Amino acid sequence: MQHVSPVREPLVTGGKTYHDITEDVSRQVEAKPNIRWAIALAVALFFLGIFIYSVYRTLWFGIGEWGLNKTVNWAWDITNFVWWVGIGHAGTLISAILLLFRQKWRSSINRAAEAMTIFAVICAAMFPVLHMGRPWLAYWVLPLPNTFGSLWVNFNSPLLWDVFAISTYFSVSLVFWYLGLIPDFATIRDRATGPIARRAYALLSFGWTGSAKHWSRYETVSLILAGVSTPLVLSVHTIVSMDFATSVIPGWHTTIFPPYFVAGAIFSGFAMVLTLMLITRNVFFLKDYITLEHIESMNKVIILTGSIVGVAYITEFFIAWYSGVEYEQYAFINRATGPYWWAYWSMMTCNVITPQLFWFRKIRRSVVATFIISIFVNIGMWFERFVIIVTSLHRDFLPSSWAMFSPTIIDVGIYVGTLGLFFTLFLLFAKYFPVINMFEVKTILKSSSGVQHSHAPETMHAHSPNNQAHHDK
Amino acid sequence: MIEERLSIAKRTSNRFLFMIGLGLVFLIVGIFITMNSTGHHGGGHGEEAAAAAEGGHHAITWVNRLFSNLWLNNVYFIGIAVIGLFFTAVQYVAYAGWSVPIKRILEALAAYLPIGGILLLIIFLVGKHQLFHWTDETLYIKDNANYDPILAGKQSFLNQPFYLIRMVVFIGAWIFFDWWLRKQSLNEDLNGGLEYYHKSIRISAIFLVVFGVTSSMSAWDWVMTIDSHWFSTLFAWYVFSSWFVAGLAATTLTAIYLKQAGYLKVLNANHLHDLGKFIFGFSIFWTYLWFSQFMLYWYANLPEEVVYFQERFHGYDGHYAWIIFGILFLNFAFPFLVLMTRDAKRQMIMLKIVCIVVLFGHWLDFYQMIMPGTLRGESGFGFIELGALLLFLGVFLTVFTRRLASASLVPVNHPFLEEAVHHHV
Repeated sequence: MQHVSPVREPLVTGGKTYHDITEDVSRQVEAKPNIRWAIALAVALFFLGIFIYSVYRTLWFGIGEWGLNKTVNWAWDITNFVWWVGIGHAGTLISAILLLFRQKWRSSINRAAEAMTIFAVICAAMFPVLHMGRPWLAYWVLPLPNTFGSLWVNFNSPLLWDVFAISTYFSVSLVFWYLGLIPDFATIRDRATGPIARRAYALLSFGWTGSAKHWSRYETVSLILAGVSTPLVLSVHTIVSMDFATSVIPGWHTTIFPPYFVAGAIFSGFAMVLTLMLITRNVFFLKDYITLEHIESMNKVIILTGSIVGVAYITEFFIAWYSGVEYEQYAFINRATGPYWWAYWSMMTCNVITPQLFWFRKIRRSVVATFIISIFVNIGMWFERFVIIVTSLHRDFLPSSWAMFSPTIIDVGIYVGTLGLFFTLFLLFAKYFPVINMFEVKTILKSSSGVQHSHAPETMHAHSPNNQAHHDK
Repeated sequence: MIEERLSIAKRTSNRFLFMIGLGLVFLIVGIFITMNSTGHHGGGHGEEAAAAAEGGHHAITWVNRLFSNLWLNNVYFIGIAVIGLFFTAVQYVAYAGWSVPIKRILEALAAYLPIGGILLLIIFLVGKHQLFHWTDETLYIKDNANYDPILAGKQSFLNQPFYLIRMVVFIGAWIFFDWWLRKQSLNEDLNGGLEYYHKSIRISAIFLVVFGVTSSMSAWDWVMTIDSHWFSTLFAWYVFSSWFVAGLAATTLTAIYLKQAGYLKVLNANHLHDLGKFIFGFSIFWTYLWFSQFMLYWYANLPEEVVYFQERFHGYDGHYAWIIFGILFLNFAFPFLVLMTRDAKRQMIMLKIVCIVVLFGHWLDFYQMIMPGTLRGESGFGFIELGALLLFLGVFLTVFTRRLASASLVPVNHPFLEEAVHHHV
């Protein structure tokens, strides 16, 4: 028997029934696309167009279209890559690690977060592939027996480890996400009226009937995938951090990078989940499923990971001084006071200072404030990668090679273009797939909807604003 | 829910006193043996030793060995104590329901903090020259032969007054938060209501911020600066992970002993399962940090960084090599393989074995962090090591069990008690 303390806040509000959940979530899939969605998709497609144009310029004319120079030979490309990979951490964290920690609030956000993970990893993958210059030879990164002579991948290179880490992560995340969708696809199939919809969802649901055998197998597979995903979440950004940390470049070569990059990735991933979920929640009327309690919990993860990142910044700075290594000392002083000081202080403000506002309960539970801060974190985490990468490179060991980096219009185009790609994919997902995991929310309805406690629950947050107020119907 | 009081048999507390006594005897015997053996060697190499001392490399004597061991055990047990406080705070801020039955064990672990803090201060004041190379005043005098420009560069941080201030502030802060949280917890038992619970959440949140900074800095101060030239940004979190696994193992082991003695009626296999998962998971986490630190320094192969691992793998004719491989086996391979299955995590005997192994493994981990810096190739395992360990263990168990017995083993008015009783994994 499971017991939920009456002190806990409900995770599904509005006195929903099982049928209400199906209705509320499937409605978005079954109804005609609304005008707001269509406008959003048009904007996303416009940016996708910019992406395609910039990619065409890059491939046709070469990497010279980017702003890289002899000193700063890694800049926006790798910054964007790491930024996107970082964002791609929240989904699997929510579905695997929060599952291990039995955080029930994950069930109404895991579907969208996992989708976001997959789309973010797709965006991330664009950058190394484009940087190859000849992406049609991208398969050369794999250790395939080849007919080109003694060509063989370099197993000592962390860039190769990245190939393995990210492709594994992508595959497992995709399978995990899709597996969870199958029972929900079947629900939509059973409700579908049109012949195309019925056929399409029948195909997507792999003939799921909901028999005991199906559920038993489903449970087994998802447990195995959760087990596989947990080390994967940690390994991906660990290996990304090793792209830098194995080098001997001041500011890159530091042992704290692996765990600190992982914390930063979770931080930025949660910020992006919040950005997207707050919009989805409003547009699709899902306030009873993504409650203020959910937002508050995510904000707490943001304070935690933001503070871990803050401690790491201070640690790096301190140890650079403490080490007595002049190059390290210079790299950090230069970050804070050199020509890129504005990037450093943007990073500090957005990543370390703004999330601390979440210590105030009012701000933690304010949708508007959360949305604004989540955007700040997204910006701050982009700057973090920019600071690490460009400020460490632009002061070469050879002072005559010192240089600044300025992005070209194509650099900008590819970056905003991947945002277009990301939002195009997310909007298509939100329209045609159920954005909330219906059956998982149903499993917590009995214990966490707050309706069946006979005595008036004294909630954990004694002074909370009235959560039951968001009645749609 | 009925409250449970632990009563400690006279025999048990006598056993702890006996441990302390035996530890002292071993220490004295060990000192005599070491004294004579160094004296014996000293006969032949007296001049050499004197020459080495002049060159800045003091000969290793029983004094070094004694203080290194006292420091090692004290840092280790302070770590376990503060992890008790840390994990209590984590339970509060995470709104954890499952952990109510072990809450009093966590609180009791922190009882060692005041004694540990005083001992830390005394051992430092008396044995600083045996432990910390940077306390040598001649390093900072420009014209002296010992002048060390690198350490002189660190002097604004590594100087004794500031070091002592930090030590007192860190330990003081931990003791204060322990007192403050414990007070809420005991008052909750007496008066009930949610007020104490809410207050504890706020205290815990503040403590976690304080701990985030102080745990890192204390790890630098108490362990990293022993190798005065060496540095690693990850080191503090590595020390934390070692403390954390040791603290979890101590908690689990205590829970099992209490259960087997007929206490903790609410605790069942499900709670043990969760503790087992924590030990399993954080043993992997410890290995992850160990590997990250090792691999990045090994890969870059910069002399000032990699020397730390050179010393431990190949230095002093491989004196420490077996310990490095030993800790990887004891702290990673063993808990990883043994606790892999669900059944293992739910059986007391399995957990007991793993807990004892990782408690020893992490003690050995601190051994390899401290000894190469203080004793170079002259460390060993003898009466001094056993004596110091028994002494500190005895003191730790005495204060730990005393606090365990001073309140109900089950926090009777905890708002999540009912959840914990019905906890099912």
